[in-house]
Amino acid sequence: MNKLIELKNLTKNFDDQQVLRGINLDIYENEFLTLLGPSGCGKTTTLRIIAGFEEPSGGEVLFNGIEISKLPPYKREVNTVFQKYALFPHLNVAENIGFGLNLKKMDKDVIAQKVRKMLKMVGLEGFEKRDVTLLSGGQQQRVAIARALVNEPKILLLDEPLGALDAKIRKQMQIELKKIQQEVGITFIYVTHDQEEALSMSDTVVVMNNGEIQQIGSPTDIYNEPENRFVAGFIGESNIIEGIMIRDYLVQFDGFEFECVDKGFEDNEEIEVVLRPEDLDIVEPSQAKINGVVRNVTFKGVHYEILVETELRTYKVQTTDYAEVGRQVGLKFGPEDIHVMYRMGAY
Amino acid sequence: MRGKISRSKSSAKHTHATIGMILPLYIFTLIFVACPLLYMVALSFATPGEVHGVQWIFTLDNYRKILEPVYLNTFVQSFQLAITSTLFITLIGYPFGYFMAKLPAGGKKKAMLLLMLPFWVNSLIRLYGWIIILQKKGLLNFVLKKLDLIQKPLKIMYSYPAIVIGMIYVLLPFMILSVYSSAEKLDWSLVEAARDLGASKAKAFWTVSFRLTLPGLLSGVILTFIPSMGLFFIADILGGNKVVLVGSLIQDQMTRGNNWPFAAALAVIMMILTTLMILLYRKVTNAKEVEGLG
Repeated sequence: MNKLIELKNLTKNFDDQQVLRGINLDIYENEFLTLLGPSGCGKTTTLRIIAGFEEPSGGEVLFNGIEISKLPPYKREVNTVFQKYALFPHLNVAENIGFGLNLKKMDKDVIAQKVRKMLKMVGLEGFEKRDVTLLSGGQQQRVAIARALVNEPKILLLDEPLGALDAKIRKQMQIELKKIQQEVGITFIYVTHDQEEALSMSDTVVVMNNGEIQQIGSPTDIYNEPENRFVAGFIGESNIIEGIMIRDYLVQFDGFEFECVDKGFEDNEEIEVVLRPEDLDIVEPSQAKINGVVRNVTFKGVHYEILVETELRTYKVQTTDYAEVGRQVGLKFGPEDIHVMYRMGAY
Repeated sequence: MRGKISRSKSSAKHTHATIGMILPLYIFTLIFVACPLLYMVALSFATPGEVHGVQWIFTLDNYRKILEPVYLNTFVQSFQLAITSTLFITLIGYPFGYFMAKLPAGGKKKAMLLLMLPFWVNSLIRLYGWIIILQKKGLLNFVLKKLDLIQKPLKIMYSYPAIVIGMIYVLLPFMILSVYSSAEKLDWSLVEAARDLGASKAKAFWTVSFRLTLPGLLSGVILTFIPSMGLFFIADILGGNKVVLVGSLIQDQMTRGNNWPFAAALAVIMMILTTLMILLYRKVTNAKEVEGLG
């Protein structure tokens, strides 16, 4: 796959506040890449720099190897789907979608044909003459996507596009967005703070915090092998425990030694361990090293969420088995359930 | 659209209690708005008394009289002046209001205060201030002379330009405020969207910003055009009777001419013109209420 965008040591300051602290990122053709992080992490700023709405304070933006950070937005082969859709209220659906083509002085018939094709793709056939202000959120969203894609950009930027939709339509749009991306075969750069959205749609997830990239990887990598405490905490729920890597494949925490599948750390290095709540099983105390008392049980639909208080901490466990409050239990997990990561500064 | 829906809904819910609460408003409007208007319309079809007063004999003479060249000319002159003033007010007021809406919150407050400040002084007094500036030995001539831009003092006072200056001065805030209120509501991400879709800055302004602030601009035009046909005291004070406006004519007929029916006919024509402009505005913008008035 070809590199389409390269961000090199990108920085951005607003007044005296540093929003981006050296972003290095390669984005490939036909990739669905998600910038994921809490609000204020710099993900939207990164997107706006790629779109051309902000100029970086330092570093480079390369598009097919050519520096573009000074290029105005209308000269870039990039289109954006805005957070609140930003549809033109004085134009109807067809005029909105044809806006970009009209600026290119394209033939009226060609525009009408392309608009129709786009409407079909986003599932809004026959909506040409509708008033955009009277459409539902999901429909407005589709018009916004069609309006961007009709210009055949090399990259589509999406700034939290599903943020304003309700949960059910969100899920449906996630699937459709992925389908559309595969259909048109271009790069999507997607910004969200919703980890579930990021995991379910992306080829690559870029986790950001505080203006820095924390981890780049596939959804499975990010989930299963978080590189640090921030990523582990942000993606999914986890029990994070400080420990020591005694040697390859052997880790110590909570006063016990456990076999694990991680290697490549220094001997006796101080590390942190992630145990996902769904990887923990509740067993008889005699069958496990770590024992504790059930303190709280919450029914979550698919599973129970059980808080087990041990000598040193409280573990969160997600299991389909019920355990009553006050019962003495053991916590069991296999070597492959232990994820070792580098210890980072105070969080 | 939205206003219409909510109105029909609320009228369906009217109970005796709500009617009781609204009733005073209707009575007030009836006594102080509808009745005088009806009286004026009736008056415009009456015959003026021999010396003064009104004879209640139906006639169309008052309207026929408007078509006499002397009076028709007053309308033409008023129109010309109104067009000129409105043009200048638009050229100054639109950019002012537009960029004011782009200021940060603190700047907006300051600009608004500066804009409102003159309203706390009587407009007649402010117009006399312009005499001091514009007269032969006034401030303007003094400054221009000091800068060596002119040899002889300019004769601006009691001329057409003086009236235009006065009109601009008095009516500019209305244009600025109505453009501002429209530009304030403009979602700047729409401008970004236009830029993103391939529009240059100028093109994005024209296709999006200008189009969406047009209601503000047009309501500004209504708010300046109509008064500038009627603000007779500006023409009197700064123009020295050189230009007779419809407003001056009405005032003249009411006081010195003692011809109330003719004054009423003139006023009815003005009202019809105003109504037509507002109807046109609604048609162009699809808005139910005039921006900045609503």
